[in-house]
Amino acid sequence: MKSARVAYAGAIHSASDHNGRLRLSDGRQVGEGDVVWLPPVQPGTIFALGLNYADHAKELAFKAPAEPLVFLKGPQSLCGHRGQTLRPRGVTYMHYECELAVVIGKTARRVSKASAYDYVAGYTVANDYAIRDYLENYYRPNFRVKSRDRSTPIGPWLVDAADVPDPMNLPLRTLVNGRVTQQGSTRDMIFDIPSLIAYLSEFMTLSEGDIILTGTPEGLSGVNVGDEVITEIDGIGTLKNTIIGDSEEASNVG
Amino acid sequence: MPLVYGSAVYGVALNFRAELERLTPPLPVAPVLYLRPRNTWNTSGAPLRLPAGESALKMAGTLGVVMGRALSYIAVNDVSVPHESYFRPAIRQRCRDGFCVLGAQSTDRVPDEIRTFINGELRCRAAIAELARRIDRLIADISEFLTLQPGDILLIGESPDSPLARAGDRVRVEIDGLPVLENEVVSE
Repeated sequence: MKSARVAYAGAIHSASDHNGRLRLSDGRQVGEGDVVWLPPVQPGTIFALGLNYADHAKELAFKAPAEPLVFLKGPQSLCGHRGQTLRPRGVTYMHYECELAVVIGKTARRVSKASAYDYVAGYTVANDYAIRDYLENYYRPNFRVKSRDRSTPIGPWLVDAADVPDPMNLPLRTLVNGRVTQQGSTRDMIFDIPSLIAYLSEFMTLSEGDIILTGTPEGLSGVNVGDEVITEIDGIGTLKNTIIGDSEEASNVG
Repeated sequence: MPLVYGSAVYGVALNFRAELERLTPPLPVAPVLYLRPRNTWNTSGAPLRLPAGESALKMAGTLGVVMGRALSYIAVNDVSVPHESYFRPAIRQRCRDGFCVLGAQSTDRVPDEIRTFINGELRCRAAIAELARRIDRLIADISEFLTLQPGDILLIGESPDSPLARAGDRVRVEIDGLPVLENEVVSE
């Protein structure tokens, strides 16, 4: 099973997939372009991982970390499938990051690696954009780089954990305007999903709705206003986002 | 308390002038933010748990600015495992369960100072006048890229004089016009 949260005809609904169309919780069927896609879960705490793929750490000229490099993101940083993300005027390097997102399903405290998957509700796709112009060496990566409004598309679907037999062996890729620019596999994570859940729950309690973005492989490149950026993970979903500029954001505000 | 599911509690590190004076350049450009996730939210009267292997915790009595149509202010004890490095986000040091004690009542006046006591002894007076970025400037500089929603709370900074507390110590955070926060440190 997989589920989405969408806005349709003035209300928010949960929806399921029905042969490529959406079936709303009240039974109505609508096309995927007829709704506004929201993040598939209302987020609790949002964790993200830096340098969690060996090839990507090398790409950024970093040694692979000995301990997971965790940072947090605010709830306002998320946006749904087919959403828009701002590239501010004057920025020189903004890049995508295709990531497997793990959604926690129940309270987890001091969970062993062996039982960690019992605490996973499901998986979705995230694009953890960064604007490197704003990178500073204080609590790096700092919020101005990584927790900007609507800078983290997520979705379209939350796929039940039961339907993902091996989340540590999923091909993933990014396409910019239809051209593949990033390819990898979740099997190349340095700290795998059980390790991350065990690590975090050793010192803090995780709860239903918490989300862990598990990092990105190598293959970063810049995005520009007007680009259509697709991040996808086989068996999880295809997440589309469009880069907009300041003038479009201003006109959207009205 | 206006805190609801989806509210965010943001903290600002290195926002006292004395802290910035001690840093080796380059100094931070944007406010140095961290998040207090929901597992850290705590109330006056509840225990503060000292993690195994740690000898003391830092007690940063601070002011929480509650976002809304008009701003309001609460007392906060922003607890952390002491750490020197600000290079990487201090998740293990800050995100422990119950490490952010949030006052249940708010006032509409900005106080002059926040006082932190350990076992009844005044150990820190954090003066609003010593902030590098005052409240209006913080909100302007943060909301340039991160929208602060009604109900979100912004912690304005940790005084460099914030004291340490050990197991058995009682900690009190006091702001004029607000109920005090009182918590005891206990071994985990």
